Amino acid sequence: MIRVQREDFDPGAEVAALTRGRHDVGGVVTFVGLVRDLAEGKALGAMTLEHYPGMTEKQLRAIDDEANRRWPLAASLVIHRYGRLEPGDRIVLVATASPHRDAAFDACRFLIDWLKTQAPFWKLEEGEAGAKWVEAKASDDAAALRWQAKPAKKPDAAE
Amino acid sequence: MKVLYFAWLRTRIGHAEDTIELPKGVEDVRGLIDLLRAQGPGYALALTDLATVKVAVNHEYVGLDHKLKPSDEVAFFPPVTGG
Repeated sequence: MIRVQREDFDPGAEVAALTRGRHDVGGVVTFVGLVRDLAEGKALGAMTLEHYPGMTEKQLRAIDDEANRRWPLAASLVIHRYGRLEPGDRIVLVATASPHRDAAFDACRFLIDWLKTQAPFWKLEEGEAGAKWVEAKASDDAAALRWQAKPAKKPDAAE
Repeated sequence: MKVLYFAWLRTRIGHAEDTIELPKGVEDVRGLIDLLRAQGPGYALALTDLATVKVAVNHEYVGLDHKLKPSDEVAFFPPVTGG
């Protein structure tokens, strides 16, 4: 399940709703992303998250479907906010529920890594020196690459 | 055809959306970019370095050789920075 919204969310209430009546769930892993008060060493006043309505939902749904295809999840939830946010505000929630913890941990990590490189959101940071669009990080691309399906192993010539 | 711009592409171009009629001979994303670059200095600046520009057609990521239809919604934006 995915949601894109301006409003804040309550992680505890979301997890409770996700697992209510689900006695097949053995564990839930949650990731909550927050706005930091520092951006590249400089004080951050606020940020505005722009998104592409329609495509954002479509891409998040595709990522969520992929997580459910790869891991035996009982339930999953991604909530991503847009609009103006201040340090300490929640930006994103990823929650994955599974009979066993390994699938929940891996799927949660996969979802946040992939959405960072696929979902059309852009951060505009407001600092002392004015407003600045955040640049994509190579480390985020590397984190997402870890989850790419491994290519079929080529026959080793030495064997 | 609806063409949308996001983040710094939108601020460089100066607005969020254009409606463009594809002239004969413009068939793919690359052709549309050449057409847009000629619309003014803001467009040329926004579309200078294609390594920093992502393209989506009808909400899916595409490459520069993707063929366009008049009913398509095309979007140009920088690499994403959500999460």
